[in-house]
Amino acid sequence: MSAPHAAQGTAARGGATLSQKILSRASGLEHVVPGQIVDGRVDLAMCHEQGAQAVLPFHQMEAKKVWDVDRVVVAIDHWVPASTEGAAQLHQILRHFAQEQGLKHFYDVGNHGICHQILAEHGWVVPGDLAVGTDSHTNMLGAMGAFAVGIGPTEYAAVLALGKIWLKVPSSIKVEVKGKLAKGVYAKDLVLRTIGEVRCDGARYKAIEYAGPTISSLSMSERFTLCNMTTEMGAKAGMVPPDSKTFEFLEKIAKHEMHPLYPDADATYERTVHLDVDGLEPQVACPYSPDNVRPISALVKEHVKVGQVFLGSCTNARMDDLREAARIFKGEKVAPHVRFIVSPASTSIYRQCLKEGLIELFTDGGAVFTNSSCSACFGGNMGILAPDEACASSSNRNFPGRMGAKEAKIYLMSPAAVALTAIRGEISDPREVL
Amino acid sequence: MKDVIEGRVWCVGDELDTDQLIAGKYLTIIDPKELRKHVLENVDPSFSQQAKEGDILIAGENMGCGSSREHAPAALKAIPLGAVVANSFARIFFRNSINLGMPAIEAPGVRAIFQPGDTCRIFLREGRVVNVTRGKEVSFPPLPSHLMDLLEQGGLVEKVRQELKRSGAKP
Repeated sequence: MSAPHAAQGTAARGGATLSQKILSRASGLEHVVPGQIVDGRVDLAMCHEQGAQAVLPFHQMEAKKVWDVDRVVVAIDHWVPASTEGAAQLHQILRHFAQEQGLKHFYDVGNHGICHQILAEHGWVVPGDLAVGTDSHTNMLGAMGAFAVGIGPTEYAAVLALGKIWLKVPSSIKVEVKGKLAKGVYAKDLVLRTIGEVRCDGARYKAIEYAGPTISSLSMSERFTLCNMTTEMGAKAGMVPPDSKTFEFLEKIAKHEMHPLYPDADATYERTVHLDVDGLEPQVACPYSPDNVRPISALVKEHVKVGQVFLGSCTNARMDDLREAARIFKGEKVAPHVRFIVSPASTSIYRQCLKEGLIELFTDGGAVFTNSSCSACFGGNMGILAPDEACASSSNRNFPGRMGAKEAKIYLMSPAAVALTAIRGEISDPREVL
Repeated sequence: MKDVIEGRVWCVGDELDTDQLIAGKYLTIIDPKELRKHVLENVDPSFSQQAKEGDILIAGENMGCGSSREHAPAALKAIPLGAVVANSFARIFFRNSINLGMPAIEAPGVRAIFQPGDTCRIFLREGRVVNVTRGKEVSFPPLPSHLMDLLEQGGLVEKVRQELKRSGAKP
């Protein structure tokens, strides 16, 4: 693949990172440098329920029409179907607005999924894109070789009105990964390890750019997991340069033209984090921060009991995640006094689970298999925790109060670790059974 | 917008995330006046009742980290706070605050020089935060001009309105 929109003549100025490349394309400038403020043309704007808060500012701006209805996706996911009157109103505001503006790409109840997963599986974000979304985990779409960034609803209203957004070009941290993930060790463990290294604020205002042989070997789903949790390092965006896997993934589904871009070999990074995953063991982010990361063996020794187990969220509820958890859970039962909630990342994943017998497999063992939504991840819909409870979760955040009571403890881990923990009722190492 | 902002101080610590600012269960609320009743309720229940117009919130590192929810700065703006000042901000919270027209000032070291109830005076253009009560101060790089413009216009809604008006006026 060629890189037709790569900034020209960058060699004379020193190489450009992938972030610089994409933002120079988006802004129509030949070369941009970290710290520079640019106006970027937006290739894709996505909202979930928070988009309802953009409707009033959009009208206050006296905007008449959305700039390009084929670049706008609405994907409700936090309360689907609406579980409260408030949520029903948010959905209604969005439906009315979509009707008024002729927004055709509305993933409503029955055709729904977690917004980032919807963008991914329908090919809404492609290499070289500048994408924005009203959710902090919009970073996930950086796995397409795009610059995907989370924004608030007022900003989203401005994007709908103008089709552009101002951005400060970030400096980039290169995360270079080598080695082979062992059996029972996953992209989730790699990203948790990375967060432990970079910390929750280590990439504030910066981009994370993944590189190295391990990254090339990962599937798109695994790359989504990696980019998704760059948010937990404070990153503005996280990305993987496109390769044959990206193009194959998008071949039949890409919604618009690709402009693949790549970092220059002599690009300047703020720093490079070198990780070797040979010998890496499963990781767990402990309460109350995603960067409080410990190896799972330490927790196994402490016999950390849980009352709830959650397999879901945009981070880890795709087919490969659910299949891997099912491999461990097959023929087993949920431990006494434990609730196991499984929520697929989209309705199409739900249907695939139905075809493959996974819904039966999980529910036979005593799990509850819900329709697709953000589910227990954000503490506002279902799977809420009481003060003295602990939860093992494949999601992305464990701040105080994230899933309900502020005292409740959330342990973040891979889907495989979650599945074994559901069976045993205490945090368990999936390598023991794989 | 005034160049000098003065107010009574509230303090919070490091890594105050958006779940603590406004819990997930309140995310279906749109009205900022309703949201303000729940702001920081798990951290300091007295805040939402006792904070008053013009007060200033002083925070530590990575203020507002976590989600993109505009509910968090919207609830603070509904008080309405005079400003939020922090050692450092998470980027979406920072952007959301400025977009709503609420000054967000990144001033490294600011948290250490304040105690709750102190009086804070911010010189926006000079880039100084002064603790009037204790006679201490820290400096900060003033906001870039386009962000100052955004604040002066009262936030992003007005800025875009003007921009659309200008482009609409062209032949």
